[in-house]
Amino acid sequence: MATAAAPLAREPFDRALLLVIPAGTFMVLLFVYPFLYGLWLSFTPKEGGALANYTHFFTTDNLWPTIWTTLRLALPATLINVGLALPIAFKMRVKSPYQRWVTTILVVPITLGTVLIAEGMLTYFGPKGWLAQFLHFVHLYDGPIRLTHNYTGVLISLVISGFPFAFLLILSYITGIDPGLARAAATLGANPRAQFRHIYLPLLAPGLAMCFCLAFVQAFSVFPSAVLLGSPAGPTRVISIAAYEAAFEVYDYSLASAIAMIMGFVQFVIVAAVLGLRNLFYRGPMIGGKG
Amino acid sequence: MSAMRNAGTLLDRAWRGLLLGLMTLFVVNIGLMIAAVATSSFAKRWLGTWLPDGWTTTWYTAAWKEFQLDSVLWVTVQVVFAVVLLALLIGVPAAYTLARRDFRGKKPLMLLFLLPLMVPPITYGIPLATVLYKVQLAGTIYGVILANLIPAAPFVILVMTPFIEQIDPNLESAARVFGAGTARMFWHVLVPLLAPGILAGSLLVLVRTIAMFELTFLTAGADSQTLVVALYYAVFAAGVRAPQSVDAMAMVYMAVTLVWLLIALRFVNPTQLVSRVKEHPQAVA
Repeated sequence: MATAAAPLAREPFDRALLLVIPAGTFMVLLFVYPFLYGLWLSFTPKEGGALANYTHFFTTDNLWPTIWTTLRLALPATLINVGLALPIAFKMRVKSPYQRWVTTILVVPITLGTVLIAEGMLTYFGPKGWLAQFLHFVHLYDGPIRLTHNYTGVLISLVISGFPFAFLLILSYITGIDPGLARAAATLGANPRAQFRHIYLPLLAPGLAMCFCLAFVQAFSVFPSAVLLGSPAGPTRVISIAAYEAAFEVYDYSLASAIAMIMGFVQFVIVAAVLGLRNLFYRGPMIGGKG
Repeated sequence: MSAMRNAGTLLDRAWRGLLLGLMTLFVVNIGLMIAAVATSSFAKRWLGTWLPDGWTTTWYTAAWKEFQLDSVLWVTVQVVFAVVLLALLIGVPAAYTLARRDFRGKKPLMLLFLLPLMVPPITYGIPLATVLYKVQLAGTIYGVILANLIPAAPFVILVMTPFIEQIDPNLESAARVFGAGTARMFWHVLVPLLAPGILAGSLLVLVRTIAMFELTFLTAGADSQTLVVALYYAVFAAGVRAPQSVDAMAMVYMAVTLVWLLIALRFVNPTQLVSRVKEHPQAVA
């Protein structure tokens, strides 16, 4: 492939490069430019100095705690999702019709999206829904059951939408690891647990770190379920709600951009921390034999 | 020794049972959740009993009128197909160059196409909406289409790249030897060979765009809402309407999404719906 491209590369200009221009221009205009514009806008507040928006955010009582509110939801949700997805994906690493079925079923909640999950949860997990009725019926729990319009509701919805995502991602990483490596270990007497501990886990580290980051970033930007299933004025007033209110209720785009930048920054810090941690582990090829 | 091994297998079995149990619990509850919405949408009156008092289909006609579903569905169709078409139009050529050529600035360009798939929409959606309001595109269907293209075009690029790499470059050389220009080679050699990839890419983008809430929500006006945004507003204002009517609308949304998902799953692997983050093996230089 490289040799086919080589003679073309010697020509004065390779016209095939023109083909990336529409897509590249589009992304610069609608992704990079808005981001830079937002960054600039966040430093030109309606009134006050350049940093007025940021000082406003960190000194206002219904703004800065949204960071902790969001972290309190996103971190447990991500840990649950990745923590459950890893062992289950490991159990299902072998290709089988069963695996195909499970992946197909799990893709349904992802496709339906958070808004539909919210409506479904309001009907099913509500105080008079089937779940509450069932729990009362078998006397597992007799008190009033409140799983919606609070912290728990949003956490459950984050698991419903986030677990399949983490599972499918980890499964695609695990199936990318050459099973020959595990088979070689098995010949030397390693049981599945040892195989997991000494072969799969080190090889999965980069994938797991990536999956954790993506799952976290998604959970951190929770919006529809925090409004519909939580109590958006109190315990689930997440940072995206604050940004949305600033933009579309107060019409202070400058402050909204500042909040969006802070949201992006927090995500970046956590992602950088996780990827930094990941660098402490093994780095190497995922396939055995001649690479 | 054998006692230890027995304890080991027992623990293994318990562990396997636990995982299977958790998985089953998850799937069963999702299924029941969907069943609850379906039941409610056909319920005459349903208050705190296992099943509703009676059955009716009037909620569907009510929801159809109340939420103006005919115009909402029409907007959804326009947005989704425009997004798929435009994403293919700018995505496939870019994917071709990225798959075939090595050039300076390729790495940053790849990053530019990967970032929108990793950064969550609400984070870049607010600055984007601000810019779109400034140029007076927000609130119109064009603004919604442009916003939805931001994750869609890179997604097409990432899905298409491996398909393009599979095609033997000698075929292109042969076409060139016989005097085909780039455009002719594209239409007569690459596009027919890429048909499976284009089909997969467009179905994946289609399913993702139907369900894309945040970007549409931030950029849509009253008459440019797609189905999922209309559903959000219906659930948001749930107090003022019968819950059955909202559930009927949720069923319409679910039917639309699932039909396309089923079609898509005939051609693609379920894992492909989750963004492809695996770095593609680069050609050895």
